[in-house]
Amino acid sequence: MEPLVLTARTLVSALGVGLAATLAALRARRSGLRPCDFADIRHGYIGRVAEVEETVLPPALEHFTCRNNALAAMALATDGFAEALARARARYGPERIAVVVGTSTSGVLATEEAYRQRDPTDGALPAMFDFEHTHELGSLARFVRAALGLSGPALTLSTACASSARAFVDAAYLLATGVADAAVVGGADSLCRLTLRGFSALELVSARPCRPCDAKRDGLSIGEAAGFVLLERASAGLHGCPVALFGCGASSDGYHLSAPHPEGAGAIAAMRAALQSARLRPSSIDYINLHGTGTVANDAVEDKAVFAVFGDQIPVSSTKGFTGHTLGAAGIVEAIITTLAIEHGFLPGCLNVSEVDPSFRAEVLTENRNAEVRYALSNSFGFGGSNCSLIFGLAPSERV
Amino acid sequence: MSLSGFITGVGLWAPGLAGWPQGQGVLAGRAPYEPKETPLPTPPLLPPAERRRVGLAVRLALSVASEALIMAGLLPNAVRAVFGTSNGDGAVLHALLETLSSAEPQLSPMQFHNSVHNAAAGYWTIAAASSMPASCVSLYDWSFSAALLAAMGELAAEGTPVLLCVYDVPLPEPLAQKRQTFGAFAVALALSPRPQPSALASLEVKFVPEPVVSARERPRNEAFHDLAEGNSAARSLRLLEALAREEREAFSLGYLEDARLDIVLSPCSRARQS
Repeated sequence: MEPLVLTARTLVSALGVGLAATLAALRARRSGLRPCDFADIRHGYIGRVAEVEETVLPPALEHFTCRNNALAAMALATDGFAEALARARARYGPERIAVVVGTSTSGVLATEEAYRQRDPTDGALPAMFDFEHTHELGSLARFVRAALGLSGPALTLSTACASSARAFVDAAYLLATGVADAAVVGGADSLCRLTLRGFSALELVSARPCRPCDAKRDGLSIGEAAGFVLLERASAGLHGCPVALFGCGASSDGYHLSAPHPEGAGAIAAMRAALQSARLRPSSIDYINLHGTGTVANDAVEDKAVFAVFGDQIPVSSTKGFTGHTLGAAGIVEAIITTLAIEHGFLPGCLNVSEVDPSFRAEVLTENRNAEVRYALSNSFGFGGSNCSLIFGLAPSERV
Repeated sequence: MSLSGFITGVGLWAPGLAGWPQGQGVLAGRAPYEPKETPLPTPPLLPPAERRRVGLAVRLALSVASEALIMAGLLPNAVRAVFGTSNGDGAVLHALLETLSSAEPQLSPMQFHNSVHNAAAGYWTIAAASSMPASCVSLYDWSFSAALLAAMGELAAEGTPVLLCVYDVPLPEPLAQKRQTFGAFAVALALSPRPQPSALASLEVKFVPEPVVSARERPRNEAFHDLAEGNSAARSLRLLEALAREEREAFSLGYLEDARLDIVLSPCSRARQS
């Protein structure tokens, strides 16, 4: 594929609001996880963005009010993202900028609350509850498009925990085919009872902060996040944009709805497809940001898959010990962390690891490391056997 | 810039439209539309044990997907897939929400994993033992338009066949109070980037940032108007009518409140028609 430059980036997660706060937490090896205090749930640890509860949407967009869109609004208001979009609107026209975003559960928390407030006599949902603009999956794409004053095509992608990674793939298609000249890509997923209790029902939530790649890892910690990037063609002659998307690869396990393929066949296919799309060899990759949820099965299978494609010479890590598993937002969270690694020549090591699983063959980082990163790959895998790998690198204009 | 491709197979299920061979006659206006009780299709790829695990939405989606690919002569593990749905599986969602609001909020693990919006895509790739990508697109009443645009983009950019499968079934009460859905509807199109001897029609799709004129979007047959307005997947009826009538037609599909897709569908002359 033709490289696409990231001309703006923004991220809000448990690590903080904005790229600088994210980078500072990663450098300081400061986790955003805390004991679960969400709703009435007290099991495990979560990556919670407390400020989201005070975020108010602009009056014209009030009907979109829900935790998920509030988180998205925080991200849009951070890191000069809205200002960058104003410049892009002037440059291309608002109808030439696509919105391609991912979410797994959208504003389901609003529906959870509505179910708790049903009329005791007839079971009716509260009159105030606006399903269309909160929980319905298109809500996030429509909110972001309206908030940024855009009028181009918009899509919500929902492929579970690969959702916002998959958004890059569809955005790249719209740019490659000339349907759009630029695309806002990213996603949001927010804390809710459904995922906290659902992953607990699957016995996948650790009682402790998650420990991806650790020999004694025993589950994930759920987090929430929203993040977006603005993608533009590298040929547009843009300057001062350090990082570009070079390749995307998507695949399916075709194996089980919630358990990974035991040999990582789908993960291998996604990573190889991303390399092919970027026209790069495995040895060109300097760092891999793992999906690395901290569950026994995911991390073991992903290690097998990474070893099969890359061998044992490339440093790998999961940053979910910092942010928690932000589900449908994991793709954009880790895409942005991967671009920070490239931009700052800095590899964040896994958190909370006492001993790397001795069966792992990839080179797992458990401490931060400074190293030049020309190209890096980020993995996202989701229920439904949905896999997506993205390759980022220094933008062509930044290369000497 | 418009996206082009060829329709090489179609699958369809709705009350009164039980598969393409029967549905084509109704859509072409050769038979009256009678939205009566219609037997549910059996998805051929799904093993009997799995069939019991999936709800109506997944069952319909997988059935029409198979129908389209069989017509196109494509193997299910050889095509990229784009699914589209606004409602997903409302029965599963409702059961989970009900449990979450109860005093004993212990969720069923299987119901939880079946609640992902891409469940049909997941079951499809499992049934087909496919490693090809399968995405899932949503955009409220415009989910068919959004999934069509995504599929046409993927088709043009990747240059390999794409399966488009869009479905919506009504949400149960009390969700239905907030989101009315008219009937159940599932449609699948097998799309090819290049002309094929078996192609039914060529398709050109263009995003236009101006609102749709309803006369250019509504099905020609008035009997379909309630269905097309009340079910996001049934917004495809205008396209399906053109395909069934085997006539060149230019029409539009709404895309959010302020935009549309302009579509030109031209029938291909086929050996098997003679």
